Amino acid sequence: MPTSPSDPHRDASGEHAVRSGAGVFDLVVIGAGPAGLAGAVAAGELGLRTALVDAAELTGGQFYRGPSPALGARRPEALHHAWSAYADLRERLRHCPAVSHLPGHHVWSVVRDPGHADRWTVHALTGPDGTDRAPVRLAARGLLIAAGAVERHLPFPGWTLPGVVGAGGAQAMLKSGLVLPGRRIVVAGSGPLLLAAATSLTAAGADVPALVEATGYLGYARHPGALAANPGKAAEAVTHGGALLRHRVPLYARSAVTAAHGRQRVEAVTVARLDRRWRPVPGTARRIACDAVAVGHGLIPQLDLVTTLGCAVRPTADGTHAVATDRSLATSVPTVWAAGETRGIGGAAVALAEGELAGLAAGARLRGAAVPPARTARLRRRIARLRSFADAMAAVHAPGPGWPEWLTDDTEVCRCEEVTADRVREAAADLGARDTRTVKLLTRAGMGWCQGRICATAVACLATRYGASDAGPAPDRRPLAAPVPLAALAELPAESGPKTAEPT
Amino acid sequence: MVGAACAHYAARAGLSVTVLDRGPVAGGTTGAGEGNLLVSDKEPGPELELALHSSRLWRKLAEELPAAIEYETKGGVVVADDATRLAALRSLAAAQSDAGVDAREVSGGQLRELEPHLADGMPGGVHYPEDAQVHPALAAAHLLRASGAEVRCGEEVTAVLTAADGAVRGVATASGARLLAPYVVNAAGTWSGEIARMAGVRLPVLPRRGFVLVTEPLPRVVRHKVYAADYVADVASGSAALQTSAVVEGTAAGPVLIGASRERVGFDRTLSVEVLRRLAERATALFPVLGGVRVIRAYAGFRPYLPDHLPAIGPDPRVPGLVHACGHEGAGIGLAPATGVLTAAALTGSAPPLDPRPFRPDRFPDPCAAPDRRPR
Repeated sequence: MPTSPSDPHRDASGEHAVRSGAGVFDLVVIGAGPAGLAGAVAAGELGLRTALVDAAELTGGQFYRGPSPALGARRPEALHHAWSAYADLRERLRHCPAVSHLPGHHVWSVVRDPGHADRWTVHALTGPDGTDRAPVRLAARGLLIAAGAVERHLPFPGWTLPGVVGAGGAQAMLKSGLVLPGRRIVVAGSGPLLLAAATSLTAAGADVPALVEATGYLGYARHPGALAANPGKAAEAVTHGGALLRHRVPLYARSAVTAAHGRQRVEAVTVARLDRRWRPVPGTARRIACDAVAVGHGLIPQLDLVTTLGCAVRPTADGTHAVATDRSLATSVPTVWAAGETRGIGGAAVALAEGELAGLAAGARLRGAAVPPARTARLRRRIARLRSFADAMAAVHAPGPGWPEWLTDDTEVCRCEEVTADRVREAAADLGARDTRTVKLLTRAGMGWCQGRICATAVACLATRYGASDAGPAPDRRPLAAPVPLAALAELPAESGPKTAEPT
Repeated sequence: MVGAACAHYAARAGLSVTVLDRGPVAGGTTGAGEGNLLVSDKEPGPELELALHSSRLWRKLAEELPAAIEYETKGGVVVADDATRLAALRSLAAAQSDAGVDAREVSGGQLRELEPHLADGMPGGVHYPEDAQVHPALAAAHLLRASGAEVRCGEEVTAVLTAADGAVRGVATASGARLLAPYVVNAAGTWSGEIARMAGVRLPVLPRRGFVLVTEPLPRVVRHKVYAADYVADVASGSAALQTSAVVEGTAAGPVLIGASRERVGFDRTLSVEVLRRLAERATALFPVLGGVRVIRAYAGFRPYLPDHLPAIGPDPRVPGLVHACGHEGAGIGLAPATGVLTAAALTGSAPPLDPRPFRPDRFPDPCAAPDRRPR
């Protein structure tokens, strides 16, 4: 929901006041997806002066991604479930004067206010892709990080061909632009997102000649407790399954797309069976014609801001990292809360509950707001139930250690810097790079435009495979969460002298 | 880098060498720098002699090592933005020329030929064709591999072992290993002070933080290493306070690198928006075309700084067998080969190619801090 330009509270307490340095928000919520939206509404309804900041023009994040109004879609909710919870929050946001929705704000850094130790400064850029040069700064007493997630990609030969897209990306394209990446689309990878993507794509008229899932779906059966506690999730899976059956989508379980073929763009894929460790089983390869591949291996928490803030992180069941919090969703850094995918991949329902809980916790801490204990307890129970299911899913869909066997020496692992698997091997095995950071240093993998947001997982797996000794890929520190024009940096107001210099 | 060079030249001199590092290769300052091999930023004196000797050695190493080290003699251009600074720059360049540096004064018009995107109105500068660059991490890794030394990464030294007479006998490591050797070379960069302390001596190496901004990849808009004339004064300053001067250079891979800030704040990696602002302001003043270019990354590194801005190279008379090769501040990549040669000469007792006395490791009075030597 874009706050309309005439919206009085936006002008009164939003950008204008902040740009002149006058206003201090109680809470700045970063990310207007399900978690951030729920958090901003909960905090705002407790009376906290709240800013809800997101790079997108609309609330809803990646999950409740609406079509651009210009497209005139009549029933965007047809592509979503649980739309009503979102519609309800949008409505509450509209009637909550304490919340300023600041769309089109690309947050590039959050730092402690040099003048006030108990305040944060949120630096953002505005304009299309953050290209306006005038920088925006928001002052805040507390932060709620609800920055969502990015897709996890595992490379395979041919994955850089046009027509190979992320499964989440394909769904996002469909939701926001109502366009398909091709007509005959192989959906591949691992995780519940594949089911949702295949269902959406077929519903929109695409032919899906194969749904290729690296695990067996039977994996869920090993966590019957979690599934039983989440009847909604089970129903959702059945819904997707039924839709795929109706559209006659062939399912290839314990299989992977191990290569994409084509000259100008993808024309076919090789699908092979995998063993338990995700190694391709010799002699099982088959070729399937297609003009697009939507591939995804689940999601990874977006941690740029929290790691730069110094928040503690924890390893997750699916081999990534998420921010660690206490039961009130406070991070290890005082006055910084986190909710939703930032805490670990869990989906929209858990994000809604966590956003609300974090908003309430911030209200209690920052404003001494009275929160009914029953409301908190109900949210905590809901979160615990949903999280146990999410953790079970994460464990099932964690990539097996054998996937690099489908790479060839010349497969590009980092597409920005065109770094091949062989060069990663050389850095780790021959040149003394003992960790992912040094592999990157020696190969430039992850140093390009995406800053490793696409390839970090793959590079870390390969580095470990070839001798790097870290237990797991620690999340990267990315002091800049978004690219910043030099002119925007140059135009920031000067601070008076360094404050922490040692005596000479 | 310095450790790799010491290993390389010591092994070449026939010694048996083991390299220990608690982290990976190039895990400290080497991996956080731009890989500068500069003569332009040094005033006549022992450091410049070390740099000139290194410059020659780098040319040879570039022929021996794989092209992957990205050795490039791009040349440096120092720009003065007013007449006063130009006059100071001229006298520095004249003194450098006398010391053997190829320093060519250029007019404002010639500056634009060297760097077409430079801001208007710069009165002049000096072109230093000998300034060069390598990819520092790759250079260190390849040099280490070529050295033939035994390399043990991830093995942290926890003690320097000494005999009853006080002489070095080797080191102990965190894994419980004891490596016995008559010589221990302290090339621990910013952390060299700790190794010295393990051996019972004081070496006042302090971290001096610098940030580097990395832009999105661009076609070559900056051809040389270009910096403002006040950079030389900042390098030579001993102040703990933040100093920033524009150092802008393009890279073979496309991104433009922007430095250089200097401040003594301990080992604090926290992003400083103020440092970023100043670097951006100074870089866009030199190259207005960069205003619309986006920074995709910023990172901090720590230069190993000694109070008089000279490295500590050579045997420590207080502990027989202990040899230091550290404290090169921001010039370690450039000064590494000559440091390695001096170290190898000290280990084998052969004649050094240049006078090592200015780099004596015991030159700092103990225990009080040395007063800053301000060259200007």
